[in-house]
Amino acid sequence: MSVNVILELYVFILAGVVGYQVITRVPPLLHTPLMSATNAISAISLVGSLVAAGADRNMVTTVLGVISVTAATINVVGGFLITDRMLKMFKRPGKSEAR
Amino acid sequence: MARTLFIEGSYLLASVLFILGLKSLTKPDKARRGMNQAALGMLLAIVGTLVNHEIVRYDWILGGLVLGTLIGYPLGMYVPMTAMPQRIAISHMFGALAATLVGVAEYYSHSHHLGKGQMAALGFEVMFGALTISGSFMAFAKLQELMTGRPITYRGQNLMNISLFFGTLAIFVYLIFNPGNALLFYVMIACSVLFGFLLVLPIGGADMPVVISLMNSYAGLASSATGFVIGNNVLIIAGALDGASGFILSIIMSKAMNRSFANVLFGAFGSAPEAGPAKTTEGLSVRSVTVEDASVQLAYARRVIVVPGYGMAVAQAQHELRDLADLIEQNGGEVKYAIHPVAGRMPGHMNVLLAEAHIAYDKLKDMDEINDEFADADVALVIGANDVVNPAARNDKSSPIYGMPILNVDHAKSIIVMKRSMNPGFAGIENELFYDPKTAMLFGDGKASLVKLVAEVKNLKEARAAA
Repeated sequence: MSVNVILELYVFILAGVVGYQVITRVPPLLHTPLMSATNAISAISLVGSLVAAGADRNMVTTVLGVISVTAATINVVGGFLITDRMLKMFKRPGKSEAR
Repeated sequence: MARTLFIEGSYLLASVLFILGLKSLTKPDKARRGMNQAALGMLLAIVGTLVNHEIVRYDWILGGLVLGTLIGYPLGMYVPMTAMPQRIAISHMFGALAATLVGVAEYYSHSHHLGKGQMAALGFEVMFGALTISGSFMAFAKLQELMTGRPITYRGQNLMNISLFFGTLAIFVYLIFNPGNALLFYVMIACSVLFGFLLVLPIGGADMPVVISLMNSYAGLASSATGFVIGNNVLIIAGALDGASGFILSIIMSKAMNRSFANVLFGAFGSAPEAGPAKTTEGLSVRSVTVEDASVQLAYARRVIVVPGYGMAVAQAQHELRDLADLIEQNGGEVKYAIHPVAGRMPGHMNVLLAEAHIAYDKLKDMDEINDEFADADVALVIGANDVVNPAARNDKSSPIYGMPILNVDHAKSIIVMKRSMNPGFAGIENELFYDPKTAMLFGDGKASLVKLVAEVKNLKEARAAA
């Protein structure tokens, strides 16, 4: 196993631990926004898609890359928008204004 | 050098902003700002990537970005809150699709010089990715009612799934040592796609919260594996966060349903009612009330706890519910909402639906937070909830839901249950709460009944003011 893979495992495990610590403290109130938020964040795989789509290695890679860029962008744009839309609805206590 | 520094800097900053963004979700007041920062992190990482020297053409990239934005914008802005579970399910499919295709592209370009570690990561990426694509699509189809929400089972189903699982795993292990076998690589992907379909096929609509959470976790792990393949830390970190989040939510959901993971995945809950000495309800009678009687009870109640269930969401009655709560509060009463973890079709779904009806979030209480308060409640108003308020979970060992954590509605001084008919809930179990002498049943369409209740309570209020 190369040094790189070991370093990557370090990063993975540490991120998992941080994630566990942070996410167990998210109240059930916000579990739906949590899921849409993590979904948007993990669309960072767009970074890999961009390289595949733009590296001009061969036609197959480019086509797969473009589809992948599209799919990831859907989640980046849609994911952050919908998370914000939900979070906007959670009104501060005592401020449930009359309609 | 400067360029590498810029790229790596943008990734590091993005990683930090992602973690801070998720941390902001622990506080409803800070959440919006935190998520905006996370979005900024995403933008930084994208810009950082675009200056990567490997990228030589931008026309294709631009096409993908524009198309993705055109599809993503309406999915973010116009999907109704009731459709959130299927919306999230389909986005897990998109996420998994992106990760899987990057994996296939990497394999196609480098299959002959992949090391064992890389091939293992690539295998994980496409396996998790492919099964999430089809699994999430199935979850979407069931939630969107493109197909039946009932579990679909057949003889030898578990045996078939287990064989397919181990078969796929065997190919994976073989590929680590023989990465050049392209045919087997694609067979492995096909098997994973098939496995995803078969995995979700026998899982019923009521179990979807677990499936969605699990798919959330798998999509994250697929992204993380992508990071290992292309040697990118921000992907590893973001994927690990997503993986951890989905995993935690699946455990919370399983616990709330008193089921193990394995039981959800292989149990086909609700497919056949379990034959057992189920408590008979013969000889017990149900007391039904009129809207007028129920409204008198509510108009003079000091403490009301509302228990909303999925039936309320289906009836789209949350706005009428809020009108009723406003009236009770104007009469000097206090209204709280008791939210069971599996009240909706995904974790936290009910909270979003009530927040959408402008109900302040401090009134939305988790099960553990509110269960002791039922004893002090003058009225517990149950709307479209059934299994989560069934006392059999506490005291009937023969019941299939025995041991499931429930809301202590039966401790309230009086109970009004709004229900369409006496049909049993998802689990197909009789609910002895409905036969409790303290319980009054208000039959009819949830939304229509609420509208009438609002009108009646308003009348009473005006009559009282005139007197």
